[in-house]
Amino acid sequence: MIDQLQALGFTGMNKLAALGRSLIMLFHSICAVPNPRVGIPLLVKQLHFVGVLSLIIIVVSGLFIGMVLSLQGYTILVDYGSEQAVGQMVALSLVRELSPVVAGLLFAGRAGSALTAEIGLMKATEQLSSMEMIGVDPLRRIVAPRFWAGFISLPLLTMIFSVVGVWGALLVGVDWLGIYEGSFWANMQAAVDFRTDVLNGIIKAIVFGFIVTWIAVFQGYDCIPTSEGISQATTKTVVYSSLAILGMDFLLTALMFGDL
Amino acid sequence: MRMRTIELGVGAFILAGFLALMVLMINVSGLSLSSNDEGYKIYARFENIGGLTVRSKVTISGVAVGKVTDISIDPDAIKALVEMEIEPKYDYLTLDSSASILTAGLLGEKYIGITVGADEEMMAEGDEIEDTQSALVLEELIGKFLFNKVSE
Repeated sequence: MIDQLQALGFTGMNKLAALGRSLIMLFHSICAVPNPRVGIPLLVKQLHFVGVLSLIIIVVSGLFIGMVLSLQGYTILVDYGSEQAVGQMVALSLVRELSPVVAGLLFAGRAGSALTAEIGLMKATEQLSSMEMIGVDPLRRIVAPRFWAGFISLPLLTMIFSVVGVWGALLVGVDWLGIYEGSFWANMQAAVDFRTDVLNGIIKAIVFGFIVTWIAVFQGYDCIPTSEGISQATTKTVVYSSLAILGMDFLLTALMFGDL
Repeated sequence: MRMRTIELGVGAFILAGFLALMVLMINVSGLSLSSNDEGYKIYARFENIGGLTVRSKVTISGVAVGKVTDISIDPDAIKALVEMEIEPKYDYLTLDSSASILTAGLLGEKYIGITVGADEEMMAEGDEIEDTQSALVLEELIGKFLFNKVSE
């Protein structure tokens, strides 16, 4: 009984200490003002890795999600003779919910896990400590560019996801199933409001980008420097960031659309 | 050379992101960049607005000329007071125009249809449409029908 209580206390203190370490790391890497001559090329390189190379999976999944939403919406709505509402349904569900969440989940799997593994391996091979030895701050040199790259990339990827999804819906709904194109767009434009729908979706994406990269970078930086530790850290990154995205999504939706 | 291709890729990526934002703004949400010039506001009182909501469209002969911007209860008359914003280029609404709440399709959204009258004077900011016709509420219609059947 006493032992269990002690174990609980130990775990709790460990978690709290990890949270504290991650906040310190976040603070240091955000506040580290890099020399622009060094920092910008590093950031560009990370943007390429985190953003550009994630484009393919984002575009392909956005296309298929838009197509499948359109197809499913059509088969249900055609019974009520209101298949023009497909445009509205697809655009609203993509812009408000699906784009930020699905892009965030894919981003966590595609880029977050890679960030964790990379930084974890740097730690395991003692590259981080040797950097400190020669007077280079690893937070500033390694962590900060990756953090900012993820933070910038996910909102951009989300917007691309939405647009490709709407295009996929247009392809299936209008070109294959024969919804009248004018009412498809008119319904969509009447229903989607820029401020409440599009901007709130982008805010969600910014929050998710922040959370995913924070978790990924911290798990890599804080992992046990063995091959087993890296694999654990990578798993944790994907699990934690997926759960955080889904949980935060509910919270943000409740705040934005739920009148709570 | 390697750095150059990376930079090109990143530039294209950021550009694509902002293009996507533009598409979302203009095509998906229908935000037009030129419609910043505010229209003029006119008012109408209705007995019953049915399912009319803010942002519903206002039409003349089925052509959208503006939108509903506010719905409230007029405390003096205990009637719904609907505020509409009409685009400035449609300045030929006469003072004796009438407004009715219509339904798109059988179960579709509610909107306001304005029928222009024959008066010489035109509506301006703050004017009110006197001649209004309430929304057709399905329950009331069925109720009337049943009542007529019973009384026959």
